[in-house]
Parts: sequence; C-alpha cells; structure tokens
Amino acid sequence: MQASERLDLTFAALADPTRRAILARLATGEATVTELAEPFEMSQPAISKHLKVLERAGLISMDVDAQRRPRKLEPKRLEEAVDWIERYREIFEQNYQRLDALLEELQVKPSKRKRTKK
Amino acid sequence: MPKPAEVTLPSDREVRVIRTFNAPRQLVWDAHTKPELVQKWQGYDGWDMPVCDMDVRVGGKYKWQWRSREDGKQFGFFGTFTEVNSPSKIVHEQYYDPGDMGFAMPAGDPCIVSLELSEQNGVTTLVCNLTFASKEARDGAVSTGMTDGMEHSYARLDDMFKAAA
Repeated sequence: MQASERLDLTFAALADPTRRAILARLATGEATVTELAEPFEMSQPAISKHLKVLERAGLISMDVDAQRRPRKLEPKRLEEAVDWIERYREIFEQNYQRLDALLEELQVKPSKRKRTKK
Repeated sequence: MPKPAEVTLPSDREVRVIRTFNAPRQLVWDAHTKPELVQKWQGYDGWDMPVCDMDVRVGGKYKWQWRSREDGKQFGFFGTFTEVNSPSKIVHEQYYDPGDMGFAMPAGDPCIVSLELSEQNGVTTLVCNLTFASKEARDGAVSTGMTDGMEHSYARLDDMFKAAA
C-alpha cells in the first residue's frame, strides 16, 4: 500500500468520534471488545465494526494468541498521520510567527505615543 | 506568544488553519492585503519575495513570487480575488507557478483560499480555509520537496523581533 493510500485509510478511520474515543482508551493500555463496549452505549457488534475500520487502517491490532483477544494501539500509523499534518502546520506557523513580529512592530510605535501622552 | 497554528482537515480536499494574533483585526487585515506588509512576512525562510503585486478588489489579480537566496531559483502563486470584505473576509483563487523549481504540482484547477478574521478583546482570530481541486492536489501541496526547504531557521523572525525591540 502506498503512503497516500495509508493516509486515506488513517484519516477516514479517525473521522469518527467513537473511533477516536476507542483509540484514546487503547492509548492507556490494551482492552477487549467487551471492555471497549462498556463506556459507549453501543452493542458489541457495533463496536466490533469500528474496531475493524481501525484495524484495516493499521491503527490497532489484535493479539490472536491470547484467549481474550485484546486490541492494542499501533502508534506508528498515527504518527505518520500526525507528521503529515505537522509539516503543513509548520509552514503556516513559520509564516505566522513572522506575522506576529510584524504586527508587534506595527503596534509598538502607536502605543508608545499613547503612553507618553498620558 | 499566541498559541501555535492549529491545522485540521475538514474534508478530503480541504485544509483549515486557525491562528490567533495579539493585534486588532484591521492590522491583521492590512498585513494580508498591503503588498509592502505582505512582503515582510509571507514566504519561506531563505527566500525573498521580489514580486508582490496585489489588486485587492473583486476580480482583481495578484502575483507573488519568491526567490531563493541560496541559488536564485524562483516560484510563485498567482490568482484572482473573488470576495473582498474589509476587514473580515477575503477569498481568492490561487494557481501555482512552479517557476524553475523543476517540479510541478497538478496544474489546472485553482485552490480556493478563504481567509476570515474576527476580533475579540484586541485579539484577532484568523481562519484560513484552503480548498483544493482534488485530494491529490492537497496531498501534493504538502508532499512536494518544496516544503522541505521551508522548514529551516527562524532567522527572519528573529530579525523582525530585534527590529521591533
């Protein structure tokens, strides 16, 4: 799978509040489907559906050997998605930090004048 | 220092950037619409902006060009303003001009850039929405090598802080 296809799957999987909540829960440690279904007012099949989407995106994995079949977070895929946005963010942020400086420069002179008037 | 820019992806073709500035809205507006101010901050570290022509009115054109201080290579953006509502909203259609950078982003359809400004207690919130022609164009805009070269020093920022002090 190409990087851009992986990103597609990742972002699609993240575009749902329940799935994000599941990831947040798994960030604190592995959990079974039953455990994951508890905090949500959702049936286990509904949760399983969400888990499948997350699994397909590589965001979580299942321990097949253990009888409880716990799900755990796969942080690498999430990092890729964060990195991608982060590059975008950095470009804007660099620009906006220069703009901060400019805005400060533009405001320095008028405010100084006000202060001396008082 | 204001909070760092927040970037979200509202849809497959969009990028949304939200940032606050410790300045009144009119000033932030001026910094985006007066060429002599735009030239001071918009761009990339290590690049000068020798061309900044802006005819800020509906249907007016603009042309921005940057030149690398290192090797003199150039690239830019150009387009047309489609909505101008001073000092709260400006929208333009943006085309990429690869210049002599040796790579091309998907040409053809423009990226719609919408900028909205609101002010509360002297703090201005900027919401910049970029809507690309396709998901590929959006992803391409950030995946190209061009962006790598932009993530270097904060030298220009430091210079401006010094100038302001």
